[in-house]
Amino acid sequence: MKKKLLTGLLAAAVLVTSLGMAGCGSGGDSKDAAADKGSVVIAGSTSVQPLSEAVAEAYMDSNPDVTVEVQGGGSGQGIKSIEEKIADIGALSREVKDEEKASVADEYVVAKDGVAVVVNKDVKVNDLTLEQIKDIYTGKIANWKEVGGDDKPITVVSREEGSGTRGAFTEITGVLEKDDAGKETDKTTKDALVQPSTGAVKKTVGSTPDSIGYVSLGALDDSVKTVKVEGIEATVDNVLSGDYKIQRPFVYVVNSEMSDTAKAFIEYATGAEGQKIVEENGFIPVN
Amino acid sequence: MNKNVKSKGYFGLIGLVAAITLGVLILIIGFILVRGIPNISLEFLTDSPRMMGKEGGIFPVIIGTLYVTLVSIIIATPIGVAAAIYFSEYAKKGKLINIIRFFTEVLAGIPSVIFGLFGFAFFVVFLGMGWSVISGGLTLSMMILPTLIRSTEESLKTVPVSYREGSLALGATKWETVKKVVLPCCKSGVLTGLILGIGRAIGETAAVMLTVGGSLKLPVSVFDSTRTMAVHLYTLASEGLSDEKTYATAALLIIIVLIINTLANYISGKLAKE
Amino acid sequence: MKTREKAIEKIILICAAVSTLAVALITIFIFSSGFPVLKSYGVFNFIFGENWRPTGGQYGILPLIAGTLGVTLGALIIGIPTGLGCAVFLAEMLKKRSARLFKAAIELLAGIPSVVYGFFGLAVIVPVIREYILPLVQKINPDASSSGFSVLAGAIILAIMILPTIVSISENSISAVPREFREASLALGADKRETITKVILPAAKSGIFSSIILAMGRAIGETMAVLLITGNMAQIPGSPLDSAATLTGTIAMEMSYATPEHQSALFAIGIILFVIIVILNSIAQAIMRKFGGMTA
Repeated sequence: MKKKLLTGLLAAAVLVTSLGMAGCGSGGDSKDAAADKGSVVIAGSTSVQPLSEAVAEAYMDSNPDVTVEVQGGGSGQGIKSIEEKIADIGALSREVKDEEKASVADEYVVAKDGVAVVVNKDVKVNDLTLEQIKDIYTGKIANWKEVGGDDKPITVVSREEGSGTRGAFTEITGVLEKDDAGKETDKTTKDALVQPSTGAVKKTVGSTPDSIGYVSLGALDDSVKTVKVEGIEATVDNVLSGDYKIQRPFVYVVNSEMSDTAKAFIEYATGAEGQKIVEENGFIPVN
Repeated sequence: MNKNVKSKGYFGLIGLVAAITLGVLILIIGFILVRGIPNISLEFLTDSPRMMGKEGGIFPVIIGTLYVTLVSIIIATPIGVAAAIYFSEYAKKGKLINIIRFFTEVLAGIPSVIFGLFGFAFFVVFLGMGWSVISGGLTLSMMILPTLIRSTEESLKTVPVSYREGSLALGATKWETVKKVVLPCCKSGVLTGLILGIGRAIGETAAVMLTVGGSLKLPVSVFDSTRTMAVHLYTLASEGLSDEKTYATAALLIIIVLIINTLANYISGKLAKE
Repeated sequence: MKTREKAIEKIILICAAVSTLAVALITIFIFSSGFPVLKSYGVFNFIFGENWRPTGGQYGILPLIAGTLGVTLGALIIGIPTGLGCAVFLAEMLKKRSARLFKAAIELLAGIPSVVYGFFGLAVIVPVIREYILPLVQKINPDASSSGFSVLAGAIILAIMILPTIVSISENSISAVPREFREASLALGADKRETITKVILPAAKSGIFSSIILAMGRAIGETMAVLLITGNMAQIPGSPLDSAATLTGTIAMEMSYATPEHQSALFAIGIILFVIIVILNSIAQAIMRKFGGMTA
């Protein structure tokens, strides 16, 4: 008796909530094609997340019967979630690695992004070479005076192991060393503070004196100071021309069971409208 | 009198420690409320977040929190109450009850991140529920089960044996006695446990983050992913998206906790009088 | 009628066994997911390895264990005297009415979500350590440096978080000390202070011990607050002002990584945590059962 009551209660609660929500959500007419209905789950890189959110918002405005869910988790999560089929689209802020190719049926570059090297505003250094950045991140250089700044110890801020931004950054700056056998070792100093997202790095660098970090170009604001790399400013134009060296693609990956809804969304994101949103958000369109 | 001076010093020190503790509590709550409440507005409560929560409100997050919490207590309450009934009414002394009791205590001590790992491996991946309200609700229901059992059992113990004997003597079966005599007497105990469980579910972050996901969309079905207020606060705090929204979310959480604790105190106070 | 009663009893028994089942499931899943790395890397190398570099295939969790121990010890050093002070204050110095209020305040401390503590630590304690405590330390040791994200920050926040556990269980066992003990002591000419330190606290020691052990378990298991404020630096901290990574924080932060081996390593950390917590809880339970006293 009690059990029945509870089951009923549960069912009623779910029903009421669903009905209520459905009521709120049913605005506007919908087209009838299957690709315009259903849901898409995107999971992965926290660098791509703001962009995916923005594209998803716009897409849902014009396709009210489609829901797009955007999850964070990191680039690694992007691959894992399409392997485990818990997401339709995996988002990566780096190239797909060779050992990951097996689980990826198709990949779409949505945007390009520079990785800006940022320092706390009290740091006097304006320009760093790739070599200097590498030495700072491997711990060889530990004081700002060695690169022309004040006599202050450097606080290094890095991303967590597995982050796409960290992957791209360490590979391009050479912090990631390859030995003859092709085995890669991330030599990031153990004295680095580790923060689990783009925003967290920015916040930490912004609030910690004498610190250095790296963040997505699209996430830059005036809470931190951006330094030039090899004399080149981190701007959209310089990334596009290839002059700014630390850059990486934003990639959507899918498994072999891509739904029509997910396909339509990717087409939108890589199409004219999607690319306009890419640009509006401070990232670099590819098409 | 040396002894007297020592004694004064001793109690002075203890009083000081207690005062500091109280001061810390007031500091934490005050700090967050003072900075957060001015940023809580009707729009904040009823709008959807924009730009990952940098702008807009937290309406879907509030709904998501309620939804996940509701699912977890709907699952945990019947099981928890039944388990407490078993411990206090049915169990005979012996190995079985000792084992069950031991594991209930173990469950209470497991860190939330372990629940998160398990929930992710089991509900999200193994059972294929994905990041969803139901995955999170199930994980949370496991976490709040020990609280519910303990609180219900404590109040079952306060029901006098004579009630049970009277009922049994009148020819009622054991179950009838439990259902019609014992349980109605300890409603407030069950309710206290329930409220504390709700408090724990609302405040939990690590386990929820790994099982519910972090979608900012309004959840519809139990298989949708959503984001709870605690997870949202974590994201805002660690990413530094917007100080105002962070303090506002933290203040809202504190207010809910204050309400929950006051309720629990009120009810258990009533229980003490009974 | 009889069969109905029997059936109900069975259902209730099953409900009671759910927690046991849950623990069993958790154990099976955590162990089976983490075992591969423990086996291939070796339990000894895993626990005592000094390098945690998962992308380089190095899974030594000694720095994480050191970080967890550091913040936990710090929290206990701050939390035990404070907690005991509050418990004595509550049980021996306050009138019933004000005791209720004070107790409610302590319970409120337990109700505040850990992520709120983490946010408070990030907004207040980390900058305070960097701007006020570090300059003080630098007067003695000019080489000291700290970003504020530190073992100390973690320890302070954890100390506040474990206070309710210490206070409530200790206070229960202090209150459970029979009146005669007090009266006899006072009759023998001891004053109140002597009665508390020499009679009541020793009599309540089993409850106090178990409260400390449970508090330790809570400190070790805490995740979000610590993740936000200790800096997550996988290195054995040399001083309280150094940053550190903890077992729990590392799991929460790196769960997103893809390679199956890394994920398995995180589950293996889960195994270590799980074992530590179960041992601590068993000790606490054994103490309480042996000496009677209040249950948690």
